[in-house]
Amino acid sequence: MFQVLFERFVKGKVLAVQEFTDLLINSVRHAFTRPRYLVDTLVQMDVIGFGSLAIVLLTGFFTGGVLALQTYRTLSTFGEVGLLGQVVALSMVRELGPVLTALMVAGRNSSGIASEIGSMLVSEQIDAMRALGTDPLRKLVTPRLYATLVTLPLLTILADFCGMLGGAVVSTSTAHLSSAEYWTLAYQALQFEDCFQGLTKPFFFAIIVALVGCYFGLHTTGGTEGVGRSTTRAVVVACVLILVVDFFYTKFLIATGFF
Amino acid sequence: MTLPEAEPPPRARDRSEGQTAVVELRHVSLAFEEKQVLNDVSFRVGAGETLVLLGVTGSGKSVLLKLILGLLKPDAGQVLVGGQDLAPLSESQLYPIRQRMGIVFQEGALFDSLSVYENVAYRLREEGLKDEARIERQVREVLRFVEMEHALEKMPAELSGGMRRRVSIARAIVNEPAIMLYDSPTAGLDPVTAHTINILIAKLRDVQNVSSLVVTQRLADAYALAHFTYSAEQQGLVAVASDGGLGRRVPTHFLVLRDGTAYFSGSTDELTSTPDPYLRKFLA
Ligand SMILES: Nc1ncnc2c1ncn2[C@@H]1O[C@H](COP(=O)(O)OP(=O)(O)OP(=O)(O)O)[C@@H](O)[C@H]1O
Ligand SMILES: [Mg+2]
Repeated sequence: MFQVLFERFVKGKVLAVQEFTDLLINSVRHAFTRPRYLVDTLVQMDVIGFGSLAIVLLTGFFTGGVLALQTYRTLSTFGEVGLLGQVVALSMVRELGPVLTALMVAGRNSSGIASEIGSMLVSEQIDAMRALGTDPLRKLVTPRLYATLVTLPLLTILADFCGMLGGAVVSTSTAHLSSAEYWTLAYQALQFEDCFQGLTKPFFFAIIVALVGCYFGLHTTGGTEGVGRSTTRAVVVACVLILVVDFFYTKFLIATGFF
Repeated sequence: MTLPEAEPPPRARDRSEGQTAVVELRHVSLAFEEKQVLNDVSFRVGAGETLVLLGVTGSGKSVLLKLILGLLKPDAGQVLVGGQDLAPLSESQLYPIRQRMGIVFQEGALFDSLSVYENVAYRLREEGLKDEARIERQVREVLRFVEMEHALEKMPAELSGGMRRRVSIARAIVNEPAIMLYDSPTAGLDPVTAHTINILIAKLRDVQNVSSLVVTQRLADAYALAHFTYSAEQQGLVAVASDGGLGRRVPTHFLVLRDGTAYFSGSTDELTSTPDPYLRKFLA
């Protein structure tokens, strides 16, 4: 009995991974052949990118600020308050900027995508689409994937900057650093490796945010109630995956000498 | 008990014999997980014919229509559209076949995010039509046909059930398909609106010679389709007998699904005169 259940569970997960991979490959591939849905992609950029701007900027700003507050206490015991700019810049660009931006966008858009596609599925709109000659993958998944791939890195850059700005406000007001001191150190601290790491992560996260949403939307069962379930699952899975992938990607970069 | 398939009426045989059926199912079976939904169902619909599908709720009528569109694949048996087996075709190979078919889904399935105009224009745009003036002309024409031209700019959420159904019909017929599939087009509508929808179906059938499959729970609608024909002069339905034999008598067949099998298949007269207790209960 237990063995049967376990086997079913494992098979289910393997199947899910396989289907997710198929979804990834096909949605990437579809951008290279006609028909393309450019207008849909632009609309999604507006929804996903511009729509998330405010929360991402706020998240960045306050994360940078609280980071400066916390490290200020530690640094002041060593008398190294001057390093604040460096600490904030490095943490924001390498980790907190990409990860927190992705988590916020996942919370907002993985759920949005899952519920939108899920409700289209249960109201037979996806069937209608296929009946009218449209590949739903092309029309729904590919635009969302590419829109997220374009906008998430941009949002991350803005979040990084807002984080450093938040750090600057705290450093000048609480730690009484001069603004020039803060920004010079922050700027000098950033090496190519840091920027490389911080700017490649969003691409992985974008794939997770968009496709996990689409995957759960397309696998909705059980009517309107099921849409709620898929939405919740999409957010949870997307967030956990972002953190797991972040860990392994960072480990990979360190192992290959990019630290 | 399954009634033996009776001889088709002479006119019907003239039409379908020798030519390939527009839609044909051969020994189709389909199960969802453990549940057997369709079990060895066979039928054929000739050009210009109407097949009325009856059956209690959950008997697999909607599933049957989805099989014909290739939205679902049968576990066993063959689904042929225009003589072509759908089973080996990939999704992209199915598109040209689906272009010849229109479907009205049970719940309408209009795109929530698009206006009535865009819903109806959807199919034309998908077919690569770029000429906006021509799209508008066709959309207006087809919306006039279903008497919904006034609602052009409305969103689906603002429409009533009957209006939604009519827009859904407009969306399906905008590129003049040769086969129409209607899933419970009159369910939940008042008799007046239901009647206008019957007129629409008959109009398409009699004016444009469209083959149709109509799923319905209302036997009255099925009889209206079988016994009446569309008259352009009267803008409505006239009894087949009363038009002096001028109008073509379009063969209408009935198929009753029960527990996933084709329980009855035959003409209107055979259905009405059946002694079978299950069917009698159905007719009551
Ligand atoms: N996608 C699906 N997954 C699992 N089971 C399904 C699915 N679609 C339909 N079924 C099952 O198939 C059976 C037939 O469903 P179908 O929708 O064809 O019924 P119906 O004859 O159209 O009923 P109604 O008159 O209520 O519309 C039902 O028992 C339903 O539970
Ligand atoms: Mg149904």
